[in-house]
Amino acid sequence: MSKRYLLPIALILLGVFFGYFDYASEAGTRFAKFPFSLGLDLSGGTHLVYDADLSGVVDGEEKDSLYALRDVIERRVNIFGVSEPLVQVEQNISENGTKGGRLIIELPGVTNVEDTVALIGATPVLEFKIENKNFNSEEVTHNEETGESFYQGRPLLADDVYVSTGLTGRHLKSARLDFNNISSDPFVTLIFNSEGSDIFAELTRDNIGKIIAIYLDGAPITTPVVQNEITGGEAQITGKFTNEEAKLLVGRLNAGALPVPISLLSTQTIGSTLGQDATRDGVKAGLYGLILVALFFMAWYRLPGLFAVISLGFYLVFLLALFKLIPVTLTSAGIAGFILSIGLAVDANVLIFERLKEEQKMEKNTHDAINEAFIRAWASIRDANISSILTAIILFWFGTSLIKGFALTFGLGVLVSMFTAIIFTKSLMLAFIPNNKSTSSAIKFLLGSGLKK
Amino acid sequence: MNIIDNKKIYFTISGVLVVVSLFSIFMWGIQLGIDFKGGTLIEVEYGATRPDIRTIEALIAEFSLGDVRIQEAGEKGIIIRTRTLDNIEHISLLSSLKTGDETLFEKRFTSVGPILGEELKNKAITALIITTIVIVLFIAYAFRHISDSVKSWKYGIAAILALLHDVIIPTGMLSALGKFYGVEADALFITALLAILGLSINDTIVVFDRIRENLKNKISKNFIDTVNISLNQTITRSVNTSVTTLLALVSLFFFGPESTRIFSLVLIVGLVVGTYSSIFIASLLLIILQNKKNR
Repeated sequence: MSKRYLLPIALILLGVFFGYFDYASEAGTRFAKFPFSLGLDLSGGTHLVYDADLSGVVDGEEKDSLYALRDVIERRVNIFGVSEPLVQVEQNISENGTKGGRLIIELPGVTNVEDTVALIGATPVLEFKIENKNFNSEEVTHNEETGESFYQGRPLLADDVYVSTGLTGRHLKSARLDFNNISSDPFVTLIFNSEGSDIFAELTRDNIGKIIAIYLDGAPITTPVVQNEITGGEAQITGKFTNEEAKLLVGRLNAGALPVPISLLSTQTIGSTLGQDATRDGVKAGLYGLILVALFFMAWYRLPGLFAVISLGFYLVFLLALFKLIPVTLTSAGIAGFILSIGLAVDANVLIFERLKEEQKMEKNTHDAINEAFIRAWASIRDANISSILTAIILFWFGTSLIKGFALTFGLGVLVSMFTAIIFTKSLMLAFIPNNKSTSSAIKFLLGSGLKK
Repeated sequence: MNIIDNKKIYFTISGVLVVVSLFSIFMWGIQLGIDFKGGTLIEVEYGATRPDIRTIEALIAEFSLGDVRIQEAGEKGIIIRTRTLDNIEHISLLSSLKTGDETLFEKRFTSVGPILGEELKNKAITALIITTIVIVLFIAYAFRHISDSVKSWKYGIAAILALLHDVIIPTGMLSALGKFYGVEADALFITALLAILGLSINDTIVVFDRIRENLKNKISKNFIDTVNISLNQTITRSVNTSVTTLLALVSLFFFGPESTRIFSLVLIVGLVVGTYSSIFIASLLLIILQNKKNR
């Protein structure tokens, strides 16, 4: 076998392998850990952008507080049990020099914004309070009709009855979900750190026979009476929880408080059906686009056109494999960039084939003409593609996640197509087009182009 | 084909399109989407039948949200655009949209605060300016060795003027679409404009590249002849590349997802005028710039 067949055959085998990789990883038979990673607009889900207020942070510690924020948010987000949640922070310094940060959260599959926002934003405030010594229960009056209680002539407040002790959620080491052996009701066990254990022991010692109220988010959730001193550093909350509520509470307590305040800037929720429709339409558009480009190309450039379409096929399977391996998050804008790149991918070949026509007019043998056409088209291909790639880079920098998706698929597409169009097409042409200047009209027709015979 | 001699016709066509576009942009402005100005967009779908738009309008009017735009979407859906809603407003609006036993499904909810919108607007303008500057610098660099009769920066200027032409016309179209059909410019519109910049400059560079090569090979003593020969050598390529790209874009426009429809339309128009300008406008501008110096 002649040496000139080696490269195209190797490339075709490589293309078949990439095609198999793309197919098998989607069908799930093999390489299943390389699925396409779909953006929220295709998979459905919630995208939240928060502003992180860094004005209270000491200079130089902005990054650390943002990372701490990310860690807490990640723990809170994990309570949702979402697969592949994304939590990002970025620091930005605005023109007037104020420090600011952004928190970006993406939750695939979650479409209930209200609960999500509530859970992410809420800092559970846990407090332990004891009976107020100055509180005189005889001064409480009840309005029988409305059921309201009054104290010293004004509505009775929880704070009248209980006072803070200084023991708060800050002293919590962790929280644990347990179940009562007999009733199998859920309860939450709090485990204090050493400082918290000491305070708690002291509180229980001083308040035997009295109530220690446990407050969550400003409201008492349980008001147990202290039986004896507790030194082990553990306390139990036995409110009337459902299993779900108890689990959520444990999750929130473990997640802890936010290091910096955050405020919601934007929300975006895409229903999963909308995402599925977009995916289906995107794939359909890509397929039709590809078929149209291939038909046009083979009709106009005939045999070289066929070779270009084969390298376009290689380009496709290779790029899709790249999307899986990197991985590139595909959005509808990303798919648009990909489809646009299909049209552009053949551009290098158009440049080369147009050169080839000119070279053939000068009485050269076919292979010299092919080599010359590739060399002379290179400067144009390079300069034209550099401008496209520069645009892609600027778009990527400019981008919100949507635009980044476009820039990445478009830029990768341009880069990859430059090489498939040059290396692959050239090797096919040199291998399968006879070198002698043939007078056979069939060969002449096959190498011609456009409307001429 | 002698392209140079017909330059008046080509300039007239372009001139009219640019003037009409500028007129539309300055008269009607551009409908900015919530990406830019902030606000909330809710798309819901009713299970069986959609209530009358008037009924929905009346329901929403009770919330006194100010300027609200309601639009039918598909057979059973509606899209509502309002100012930025908070969580509570969002929930109560949704529950009020439920009339009777009708099931209501929220397909999409997007809410952008004004800060983020302002930020994107600034970023978009910066990106357009930076892209333009980078492209001029790149062309000036790529063509730095070109013969002295036309300075390399003139290639840059000609290319930029052609680029302006390519960006103004699709923007004018969007402005008119906004005026008559309520089409809004979102972040993807800016993406489309930037992509047009990339594609159009790509075409122009190929033509200029040919001029550069033909100047080096002294194919003709006359600069105008050289340009004309170069244009004829590259026109098939310009058209064919545009055709393949158009085929892909047309397929995206007709079969692709709703969210990229306006995007693909803007790109299609940009690509057509971009190809036109690289063939008929950029090189002719180059000749005008060169003439001035030699006069």
